[in-house]
Amino acid sequence: MRLLNTTRVALRALRRNKMRSVLTALGIIIGVCSVIAMVSIGNGARAQIEQQVANLGQNVITVFAGSFGAGGVRGGWGSSARITVDDALAIQREVPGAVAVSPVIFDHSQVIGDGQNWYTSIIGAGPDYAEIRNWPIAEGSFFGESDVRSIAKVAVVGKTIVDELFPNEDPLGKVIRIRNLPFKIIGVLAPKGFNLFGQDQDDLVIVPYTSHMKRISKRTFINSIMIEAVSEKAIPLVQQNITDLMTQLHNGRSTDFTVRNQVELAQTATATSQIMTMLLGAIASVSLVVGGIGIMNIMLVSVTERTREIGIRLAVGAHGRDVLMQFLTEAVILSSLGGLLGVLLGMICSQLVSKYLGWPVLVSTSSVVISFGVSAVVGVFFGFYPARKAAQLDPIDALRYE
Amino acid sequence: MTPPVVKIDNLHKIYDSGEVPVHAVRGVSLEIHKGEFVALMGASGSGKSTLMNMLGCLDRPTKGSYLLDGIDVAKLDRNALADIRNQKLGFVFQGFNLLSRTTALENAELPMLYGRRRSAKEMRDRALRCLEIVGLANRADHFPNQLSGGQQQRVAIARALVNEPQILLADEPTGNLDSKTSIEVMGVFQALNEQGITIVMVTHELDIARYCRRDLILRDGVIVRDEPVHDRLIASAEMDKIRLAEAAAKLTSA
Repeated sequence: MRLLNTTRVALRALRRNKMRSVLTALGIIIGVCSVIAMVSIGNGARAQIEQQVANLGQNVITVFAGSFGAGGVRGGWGSSARITVDDALAIQREVPGAVAVSPVIFDHSQVIGDGQNWYTSIIGAGPDYAEIRNWPIAEGSFFGESDVRSIAKVAVVGKTIVDELFPNEDPLGKVIRIRNLPFKIIGVLAPKGFNLFGQDQDDLVIVPYTSHMKRISKRTFINSIMIEAVSEKAIPLVQQNITDLMTQLHNGRSTDFTVRNQVELAQTATATSQIMTMLLGAIASVSLVVGGIGIMNIMLVSVTERTREIGIRLAVGAHGRDVLMQFLTEAVILSSLGGLLGVLLGMICSQLVSKYLGWPVLVSTSSVVISFGVSAVVGVFFGFYPARKAAQLDPIDALRYE
Repeated sequence: MTPPVVKIDNLHKIYDSGEVPVHAVRGVSLEIHKGEFVALMGASGSGKSTLMNMLGCLDRPTKGSYLLDGIDVAKLDRNALADIRNQKLGFVFQGFNLLSRTTALENAELPMLYGRRRSAKEMRDRALRCLEIVGLANRADHFPNQLSGGQQQRVAIARALVNEPQILLADEPTGNLDSKTSIEVMGVFQALNEQGITIVMVTHELDIARYCRRDLILRDGVIVRDEPVHDRLIASAEMDKIRLAEAAAKLTSA
């Protein structure tokens, strides 16, 4: 009922000790600021990881060749030569949720062009490969279905190949030699940079899988099949359909192949960064608690210092509750103003970090709301004991206090 | 005849915090009627402060009854006592007990913060009116450290008056003041008493007690004397005398 007056009295008391109020609030300001900055940076790191995972392509399901085993020695995935182009074509034909399918075959070879040579990855793929991997073309175009059918000697190269072989020239139309066969460059992929594991994703040459199999590697089996599902929701169903179809095609030998999807990969990566974010947040929360203890400390000093004032208030008719509310309000005003300033400062810090370190920094609404709420609660929690101490003073003793 | 404002019957207060219980007030019976101006005197340790605390509802008697304005306050709880202090009593202390770094006006408003709900304007008006009564309306926005001792005590009196109390309780109100300022403050009390306000005042100075109307002397926790003041002093007349004396002193020294 007297809340307005109590607030006015509390504000007046805080104004009277400006320096002390600011320093007390500083504990909370730093606490909230660091919680927000830490969580934002953690979220930024997660967003970066997610973006890199997305770089691999959207809603991608991959069928790897199974492991090879002979006499107790087992190879890794892709070591057994069991999946074929026919499997890829069957998936394209019979799985309705698979919007794009590309066989993938890997090899390494030296590439010669314009008097320079470079050892790089040679990938054989279908015309949908760029779309599945969500990889835009910077110059020229990707090869098409006709190039696959005609076993064309065309190649699409990554940025690194251009830099190494044709540093100051337009690479389109230039010829590179792979195992002594000339391939014409018809497209350059947009640069993707390094992946999470430090590999240069732009160091590759992509040719039609038919050309790869017939002209370069002379293989009849492929390493994997990449499939794009129609949507993220459809991934489990599409994956199941592919597994069923492949099992059927391989006469029930399901160990021949493995089906993985991108979501699984993304989950592992984001789980790691989530733990990091929580860890950072937890460390920062400690400073928030320390800030709260600072408030309690100052409020206890303040109660002792103002014993006489409390005595006067009690003598002229203040209830214990009025005194309690007065000191509690002071503590809550300190902590929530500190929280507010901390939120602003935390956002500024996050922005600065993102500007100077080049990380994406995401200030999450939940971290703002939670840390502000926690700072207000800290005020109530740490302000309650001093306030109750003040409220329980005996008016006669308080008046006599020197 | 109207019922007494204060009716105390066989009041006792025993402190048993130490090893030996201290019997500070040993059976005081007393009636104070509206419009009285009582001086409560006694040597230190006579129990006058304890009696005053009980009269002021700051402390509860161990035994006996205390009817304040017809209400038996001996059995009220902490909050109810606080409301009684707020509505029916006004306090003036020896050390003034003003809030520092708070203006005279805000100090005078203080009791109204804890009373029934009033608008900010009403509180301000009432506080100003009380400052006017004690002659300090022009110092409303001064802080206590900008006021003299007598002025500070007058602010405290204004604060005590602001809720229109039944009794004004003053605990050695002139204890920290020089004799001239003391007379000035007694003048304020006498003026208030003329308007019908009941005043009970603790003092150990005989000449201050002579400004009151009734003299109570306490010794060892009992009232040993209760009589009207015979040769009563009037503050305004005394001030005139002092002024004349000062003028004479100036003449001779010049």
